Amino acid sequence: MSDRNHMHQNVDQNRGDDGNINAYRRQFMASVVGISGVATVATIAPGIILQQAQAKPADEMVTNKVRWGLLIDTSRLTDGGDACVEACKKEHGWGNEKLSNKEQDAQWIRKVKVTEKMTGHVTSLPVMCQHCDTAPCVDVCPTGASMKRADGIVLVNKHICIGCRYCMMACPYKARSFVHETLTDQRPYSPRGRGVVESCNMCVHRVDAGKKPACVEAAPEAILFGDLNDKESDISKALKEFGGTQIRADLGLNTGVRYRGI
Amino acid sequence: MNKRITFSEAGGGLGFITLLMVTGGMIALGFLSFLYMEHSGHHVTGMNNQIVWGLPHVFAIFMIVAASGAANIGSVGTVFGKKIYQPLGRLSVIIAIALLIGGLLVLVLDLGHADRLIVAMTHFNPKSIFTWNIALYSGFLGIMFFYLWTMMDRSKLAKSLYKPAGYIAFLWRIILTMGTGSIFGFLVSRQYYDAAIMAPLFITLSYVLGTAIYTLVLMAAYKWTGRELGDKVLNRLRYTLAIFIAAVLFFELARHLTNLYATEHHGIESYILLDGGIYTFLFWGGQIFLGSLVPMFLVWCKKLKDNRLALGVAAALAILGGVSFIYNVLIGGQSYPLVLFPNAVVESSFFDGITNSYFPSLPEMLLGIGGVGVTLLLIVIGVKVLRLLPDSLADKVTDPHHK
Repeated sequence: MSDRNHMHQNVDQNRGDDGNINAYRRQFMASVVGISGVATVATIAPGIILQQAQAKPADEMVTNKVRWGLLIDTSRLTDGGDACVEACKKEHGWGNEKLSNKEQDAQWIRKVKVTEKMTGHVTSLPVMCQHCDTAPCVDVCPTGASMKRADGIVLVNKHICIGCRYCMMACPYKARSFVHETLTDQRPYSPRGRGVVESCNMCVHRVDAGKKPACVEAAPEAILFGDLNDKESDISKALKEFGGTQIRADLGLNTGVRYRGI
Repeated sequence: MNKRITFSEAGGGLGFITLLMVTGGMIALGFLSFLYMEHSGHHVTGMNNQIVWGLPHVFAIFMIVAASGAANIGSVGTVFGKKIYQPLGRLSVIIAIALLIGGLLVLVLDLGHADRLIVAMTHFNPKSIFTWNIALYSGFLGIMFFYLWTMMDRSKLAKSLYKPAGYIAFLWRIILTMGTGSIFGFLVSRQYYDAAIMAPLFITLSYVLGTAIYTLVLMAAYKWTGRELGDKVLNRLRYTLAIFIAAVLFFELARHLTNLYATEHHGIESYILLDGGIYTFLFWGGQIFLGSLVPMFLVWCKKLKDNRLALGVAAALAILGGVSFIYNVLIGGQSYPLVLFPNAVVESSFFDGITNSYFPSLPEMLLGIGGVGVTLLLIVIGVKVLRLLPDSLADKVTDPHHK
């Protein structure tokens, strides 16, 4: 519950009107459970606890002082990215559509095998939303549902996505999926819905709670997560020292996901 | 406007009832398809996460592009002052309105969340070409109704606004079709789309489709209402059609030659032009041969001058060519894999590196047919209740110098 609120509040703080709604929600919840806005834990019924434990307070604005990013070292990925894919499935609950065919199934992250034609050199890497600085999906979205947070995380506001799929046409990485059937049994912190487009959101609910994305935890030896704006962060230091490649760097999208070994 | 021209409503009778029933049936099928797709989700369609826009979009884009072209007949009369076109203006505006509404309906009813249409009208991203198009399409409808009023109202005010309305409509139309073409023109990720020439190409294509549809509607309306339709008018439409087909071919030549020069695009070009299966067939067989060369021959062959069957066939084939082009650009362009890593073989569980296949499902087809039904119904009702058709378009009426 609290995690979902974190995500939505951060999403919505880029939008004035919805921000008011969230303020109202908080006020409402506070009056219902008899707590003030500064309380961090409250029991709203026996066994049900409203908890607000996170690294960043939920009503604090996401700022552009940080830019979250990933550095994936493919040479250290012993399984080519399988564990990342499984962790993402588990975290966000995708991958078990019942009615859709394989082409219609959603895939937030996938393992891509690249064989260079001339040399025959093979590399495997996980590919997901690259969290572009100038994201084509954000440009083309008619309603602004496809959006980039101030901290660089690109995601879909599922409340105002109308399912036009223009972002899927625009994404150079095939990172987005459209949900073709009614879904049940969803993760409360990562709601999915029929007729809406979705993609990797860098586990925004975990990031806001001060944790690392699920794929990073699944392959800690190969993936660095951190603040690209912070020169002292591990990811910035590694990028400065060893460099990092962007997929389709020619498009000039300045991706937040970088690779080594490709 | 030529003072000798009088307009009147089309008569009712069995023909009218039949048309109502046929178009109503098409609409009912389309609506049922929409309900089915809306209820089940898009898994009942042939569209998927590889081919994200399918047959409904082919229908929608076709009709929206044709709408702009249909209004061109009116523009030629108003903006370019061609008197012979002026009596044709009213019908051209109604066809344009009907096509746009039909096309937009298909587009909207295919949305993953058609119920959130109000969201699309209240949340705008000014950088999105879709957003521009929402404004362009809404404006187009308003301007077209205004233009129609200046044509039909007998007041001095309306008459004084006829020319300005025509100019506004003309400019708006061009921007609108550029907007539609630009949906594809600015997609950097797709090998087949990233070209600004899409905008003028779509404008020219709109003239072909609009003229072809207008010609067929005019011929059918005059035959079914028993009114006289002279060769002078039809020959104007005939040559307009052929010239615009030639212009589309010119832009297509430029587009493909440009692509062929750049190594980056060799893959997609050889796919479309040589080994793309259905898409190669649609390009050479549908768009170039049947949709362009044959109609141009039917128009310019001297032995077929004044031959109405030849004109009708040419118009129908031009429409077929346009559909082939849109299907090819839209579906063919998506079926070609995205290039993640140039000069490498790419494989994944998400069909990377694979040529994607698409088989339209029945609901998609029926949804599109429903949109066509809406368009036809609006035209039929328009012609019945409004004074759109001149009583006669015989040569002696349309051409003051006719002997």
